[in-house]
Amino acid sequence: MTTPLLKVENLRIELTTRDGVAPVIDDLSFELGQNENISFVGESGCGKSMTALAIMGLLPEKIGRIASGSILFDGEDLTKASPARLRAIRGNEISMIFQEPMTSLNPVYTVGEQIAEVIREHQGLGRKAAWDMAADLLDAVRIPNARGRVSDYPFQMSGGQRQRVMIAMALACQPKILIADEPTTALDVTVQAQIFDLLRDLRKDTGTSIIMITHDMGAVAEMAERMIVMYAGRGAEIGPVEQIIEHARHPYTKGLTSCVPHIVSQLTEDRARLTEVPGIVPGLKDFGKNMCLFASRCNHRTEECLSARPPMKPFENGQIAACWHAEDV
Amino acid sequence: MTFINTFATRVFYAIILLMAVLVLNFSLMHMAPGDVADTIAQSMGGADKEVLDAIRTDYGLDQPFLVQLGRYMGNVAQFDLGHSFFFNQPVTQLILERLPATLLLVISAQLLALFVGVVLGVYSARKPNGIVSHFVTFFALFGYSAPVFWTGILLLISFSLMIPILPVAGMRDVTIEGNFWVHFIDVARHLVLPMITLASIFLALYSRLSRATMMETLGSDYVRTAKAKGLSERQVVYKHALKNSLSPVITLAGLQFSAVVSGAVLVETVFSWPGLGTLAFQSIIARDTPTILGILFFSALVVIVGNLLTDLALRLVDPRVGGKG
Repeated sequence: MTTPLLKVENLRIELTTRDGVAPVIDDLSFELGQNENISFVGESGCGKSMTALAIMGLLPEKIGRIASGSILFDGEDLTKASPARLRAIRGNEISMIFQEPMTSLNPVYTVGEQIAEVIREHQGLGRKAAWDMAADLLDAVRIPNARGRVSDYPFQMSGGQRQRVMIAMALACQPKILIADEPTTALDVTVQAQIFDLLRDLRKDTGTSIIMITHDMGAVAEMAERMIVMYAGRGAEIGPVEQIIEHARHPYTKGLTSCVPHIVSQLTEDRARLTEVPGIVPGLKDFGKNMCLFASRCNHRTEECLSARPPMKPFENGQIAACWHAEDV
Repeated sequence: MTFINTFATRVFYAIILLMAVLVLNFSLMHMAPGDVADTIAQSMGGADKEVLDAIRTDYGLDQPFLVQLGRYMGNVAQFDLGHSFFFNQPVTQLILERLPATLLLVISAQLLALFVGVVLGVYSARKPNGIVSHFVTFFALFGYSAPVFWTGILLLISFSLMIPILPVAGMRDVTIEGNFWVHFIDVARHLVLPMITLASIFLALYSRLSRATMMETLGSDYVRTAKAKGLSERQVVYKHALKNSLSPVITLAGLQFSAVVSGAVLVETVFSWPGLGTLAFQSIIARDTPTILGILFFSALVVIVGNLLTDLALRLVDPRVGGKG
């Protein structure tokens, strides 16, 4: 078996808040293979973005820290890497696109400069060569008239175009891993589809592995091979996308998949009334308790769920679920 | 093209504004008790009513207000600001002799305040709980609340009595001879104390503002993007964050420019700096109306030009200001 490109083991991230220290990521392990696309799903505040920031080495200073565990990238432990080494990896071998294209670009520099900058930094190209490459990249992310628009400022572009610029910037150095943190949340539905198309095609061309963080189950089904369902800082279920959608082993995953609306005008037996997951994610102060954190919202709840944290139970088909009743779900 | 148009519009408004300033100044001076005739009579050692009336007729002071105003505006349009009775010189010449000294003081103080203010602001924004940050907060409060003449006198006392290493009065030492650089250094040495005094208030303002905007900018999404690109801390702070934090500081500097000019009057008086401020002080005491009007006109001109320059600077820093959007 080949070694995975990225291997996260027993990762624990602690945030210092006014109420004390809370584990926003608690004992999370997963692997990402070459040219694989995995998706993180889960409600807001479940630690999806934190995981991404931890891989990038960009946890909020003085507030967040990696308490234990390791992040092995190509065999190198990023949790122990020096700041200079992390800078050399960031934007070069692992890069990231963010949720807010409207504010993620610097308003006072041209988009060309912002793309060229990362090329100059990591590839050591000269100004002219980097600028030309920036124009080529804009063309590659399908911005019309790329040569002309490379000297535009971000405020002269629409949200979708800005996100394309972000993608161009992230892919400028042909990274091994691209982390996309809700890349389409702030965009129109039609633009969302275009961005996903673009990401899928670019992945085919470049062989970049993608970690996608999203709320959009439809996008997950279309884009990713495997998915990781996060709940309250813990992995709830990991496995191949199709199998999980077919038969979820964790009640939370089940809740999430049945939340997805289908466009059918009549309620039928196939398409029952839209359900929801009742309740909300517990507050940070409850994170890290030795119990199933989903128990308060779960209809499979038993005594066991409240008294001990469920282990990750592997199934034969590759699914792993952290639920005491995974076999029965 | 649009840029030149906007600039031309700005200059047009500036001229209108200058004319309004002239009318207002002239009216105010006209309303104030006492006139040139009194001053001249005083210098002659007293005069009776007949002589006073004769002087007033000579200088056209017996004419109706609007006639006097119209004549004055006409003269100003030809760059003739009248004749100073007290200094016995044309006002324009008098002012142009003094203007460079004031401009030197005002511009160097403003630049010093901006530069040191921004450096302190950026430094303390990066370490909001560090010792420099607390120092900036304290210093800002102190600098802003201490009157400028008081700071000036304090510096004057310390540097004349305790550490006499810098000259405390005037602008150049008449006993010094030598080439350009010798005089340059001489003026620079004289400039230090007045410049620091005048800069102290504004330095406090600018450091507070740049600290606040810098902290906001450092928490913004595009700074996170810059970090995610693997740029060094220096590039993130000085390339990506600083340029975005400068606009508010430049705007404030433009607004404060008039305050710097009026602060200069006090500082010049304290340090006997031979600029417009000292001249204003002397001519007000002497009730030298043409000179006062001339100085007010030039101060307005300096402030208006300062604001135009601020606009230009903002355009350089932020492409969104009247850009090609």
